[in-house]
Amino acid sequence: MIEKIIYVIMPIAVVALLVQITRVTELLSKINKEEPNKVTTRDNDFQGKLYFIVLMAFIIFVIWQMIVWGPLLLPAASSVHGEIIDGLMNFTMNLILIVFFVLTPLLGFFLYRYRAKERKFAYFYSHNNKLEIVWTIIPAIVLTGVIVYGLRVWDQAMNPDLTNASVVEVYSKQFGWTARYSGGDNTLGSANYRLIQGPNQLGIDLSDSTSHDDIIVREVHLVKDKPVLLKFRSQDVIHSAFIPHFRVQMNCVPGITTQFGFTPTKTTSEMKAQEGEDFEYMLVCNKICGGAHYNMGMKFIVESQEEYEMWLSQQKNIKNTLLTL
Amino acid sequence: MADHHHKETFLTKYVFSQDHKMIAKQFLITGMFMALLGMAMSALFRVQLANPGKAYPILETLLGKWAPGGVLDPNFYLALVTMHGTILVFWVLTGGLSGTFANFLIPLQIGARDMASGFINMLSYWFFNLATIVLIWSLFVETGPASGGWTIYPPLSALPQAMPGSGLGMDLWLIAIVLFVVGSLLGGLNYIVTILNLRTVGMSMQRLPLTIWALFVTAILGVLSFPVLLSCGLLLIFDRTFGTSFYLSDIVIGGEALHYSGGSPILFEHLFWFLGHPEVYIILLPALGITSEVISVNSRKPIFGYKAMVASLLAIGFLSFIVWGHHMFLTGMDPFLGSVFTFTTLLIAIPSAVKVFNFLTTLWKGNIRFTTAMLFAIGTVSTFITGGLTGIILGDSALDINVHDTYFVVGHFHIVMGLSAIYGMYAGVYHWFPKMYGRMMNKGLGYLHFWGTFICAYGVFFPMHFLGLAGLPRRYYQNSSFPMFDGLADINAVITFFALAGAVFQFIFIFNFYYSIFKGTKASKNPWQANTLEWTTPVERIHGNWPGELPTVHRWAYDYSKPGADKDFILQTEPLKEGEEEH
Repeated sequence: MIEKIIYVIMPIAVVALLVQITRVTELLSKINKEEPNKVTTRDNDFQGKLYFIVLMAFIIFVIWQMIVWGPLLLPAASSVHGEIIDGLMNFTMNLILIVFFVLTPLLGFFLYRYRAKERKFAYFYSHNNKLEIVWTIIPAIVLTGVIVYGLRVWDQAMNPDLTNASVVEVYSKQFGWTARYSGGDNTLGSANYRLIQGPNQLGIDLSDSTSHDDIIVREVHLVKDKPVLLKFRSQDVIHSAFIPHFRVQMNCVPGITTQFGFTPTKTTSEMKAQEGEDFEYMLVCNKICGGAHYNMGMKFIVESQEEYEMWLSQQKNIKNTLLTL
Repeated sequence: MADHHHKETFLTKYVFSQDHKMIAKQFLITGMFMALLGMAMSALFRVQLANPGKAYPILETLLGKWAPGGVLDPNFYLALVTMHGTILVFWVLTGGLSGTFANFLIPLQIGARDMASGFINMLSYWFFNLATIVLIWSLFVETGPASGGWTIYPPLSALPQAMPGSGLGMDLWLIAIVLFVVGSLLGGLNYIVTILNLRTVGMSMQRLPLTIWALFVTAILGVLSFPVLLSCGLLLIFDRTFGTSFYLSDIVIGGEALHYSGGSPILFEHLFWFLGHPEVYIILLPALGITSEVISVNSRKPIFGYKAMVASLLAIGFLSFIVWGHHMFLTGMDPFLGSVFTFTTLLIAIPSAVKVFNFLTTLWKGNIRFTTAMLFAIGTVSTFITGGLTGIILGDSALDINVHDTYFVVGHFHIVMGLSAIYGMYAGVYHWFPKMYGRMMNKGLGYLHFWGTFICAYGVFFPMHFLGLAGLPRRYYQNSSFPMFDGLADINAVITFFALAGAVFQFIFIFNFYYSIFKGTKASKNPWQANTLEWTTPVERIHGNWPGELPTVHRWAYDYSKPGADKDFILQTEPLKEGEEEH
């Protein structure tokens, strides 16, 4: 009971205290013959210097973060197009960091240098067309470079060479992923959401003979340096397949098939050697999809051709699973 | 109108007021209330993110079934982020920011007695108020408030089976938004009409203060884009309620195949972002307008490149309508379309760069007075630089593959849009408080509020870029499900520390605001020695604004430190001296 009374009284007491402190400070400045709440020369001097110091401290904070947290960032990409994207990322990141490291201290310096002093007038400088043309054209030129470079990378990432690519379907639903290999014919059998029933959780059309060699699995195995075309479907809401280490991301939209083709370049064991024993490639859900959104992932394993074939031979295709039921 | 004194009752003065100044305060105080609510929500989910799974018995006391055993429920976590986004984007930074300053400043700065239609203006606030009530009501329904993210993508938001928040909470969310949009449109039309028709003698468009230009462009953006959100929301209501298939197709949920066929969730995204992207600028432009004004006044210098500032506002406004696809690069849309949106998106960097350089040049060789408003206005410039730059990464479709929907995005938009706009709003409140209430806000508390906010805000949002570059998706209830994110716990703890500290400083503002309304020192007529027309009105704030004739304008708003003058400011009402050039 006493506790509850304290909870009520405390905020009231704090507010009352604040009122008194504020009044006393305002009265004090009156005694000092200052108009309370009017910004004085002393204020300008102090605030101008403080702003400069805080902006510089912000710069140091940013550098500190880059040093301490830099190692936590994703390692270099493990895919062909990902390496190209990383190049663009480094270029753009360096560019914006340079601009940031120039403009922020400049802002701080102006605040410090031009804080109001006893002088009466500032410099009347209302426009300068030449200057404004210069700083319209320079960003325009720089951005043209960024756009051209960016669009070339985008084009390369979206149109990779997919001849000989194996086709794998990635299927999403609340809250899990399933994959389907297209089997020996490299063709996924057709599917329809109305066929989803009992064990046929992907709605596969069993009357379509191309589906008979399809293989349904809960983790995806890929071959190093061999292109793969992922095709995405969703059963219920929008999900997004995000595989950060490959620089792969694509939404899975009910009613639509989307796709993303790429070529992995590092095996899981190579990555384990580089990143630590508990490393795994993970596909994680990256579009809000419901309560267990945060817990929706699927393992990807990149390995050699032999290891892959060994694994694949142990999997049962639809003819031996769904069709036997 | 000025001498037409109809009898004011409590109801017509404080509740159903048609005086633009009172309506502005109604928007402001409603916005402040919603801001506190939104902030409290962020404090809750930040605590969860820093200590996932840790039990806080007080949470169960406060939230009941949403925090069983004192641990936040994952569905309620999503409800919190959804409502936080909704409240901050629409209620605080659209209603609270535009509603307050468009209402307060437009008539005062263009020399009008009031808005073109006081009655429609009143309706605009009361629709907003009604929307607020419905939204708050949705917090208390059995299945919880909307939880599908503030972007409410269907099918998640369309199907009550998909998550509890897509039940009644979602219906109320949609009703609230419909009411909100109606209020915004009524307000926006009024602002445009008032600016075009009620400018006083001599107030040509070329002499408008930049605040008015910014609010003008904002109102046009709102009037053109909010109806699209309205139709987007109505179609979602149809899908939810009447079984139509605008956005839905091929869905099996809970083991049941639904009848929807032929619709597309991507259509929703197109409609939503056709509003959603201009909305970003509806939030940002008023803040940039306020910043321009406050920086010019307190640098004691004209704003540099007035015409370029207006042109860049118009350019940003125009471009904002043709960039919405950059939110959708990874929806499976044609990569060529992605290229087009990358191109248009990155173009926005050019007018934005012009704005930054002009702000910096305005400060250069100034005589800078650090009022609290000035501190915040400069804060806007700083966050606009920091946050704007990361936009160059997100706008690039190829790089978006890496960072789309990660914390990098969260960091980016909170800095460039959230902080810039909130700082602009604070700058506006501190700057025009003397005109709103006839008293000064406390200087020391203002300084304390600014420094606490500025430091903590960067401490919250800058580290998020690192989370994003480490691949961490946003809207995750906890990061511990995947070992690849284990190393990020420290960063989350740092963010939460700054978030909670920053929240404390906002109460200093609230205290200062209410203390100053009642006890603040009396303000003089023109405490900042500014040029614009509002500072020629009497301190008493009368209905009709000016006691006698409306003022006549003879010059632009930025004659600060003009050579040959005896003071460093010249009111817009002062005629040009013989031989004096306009500027």
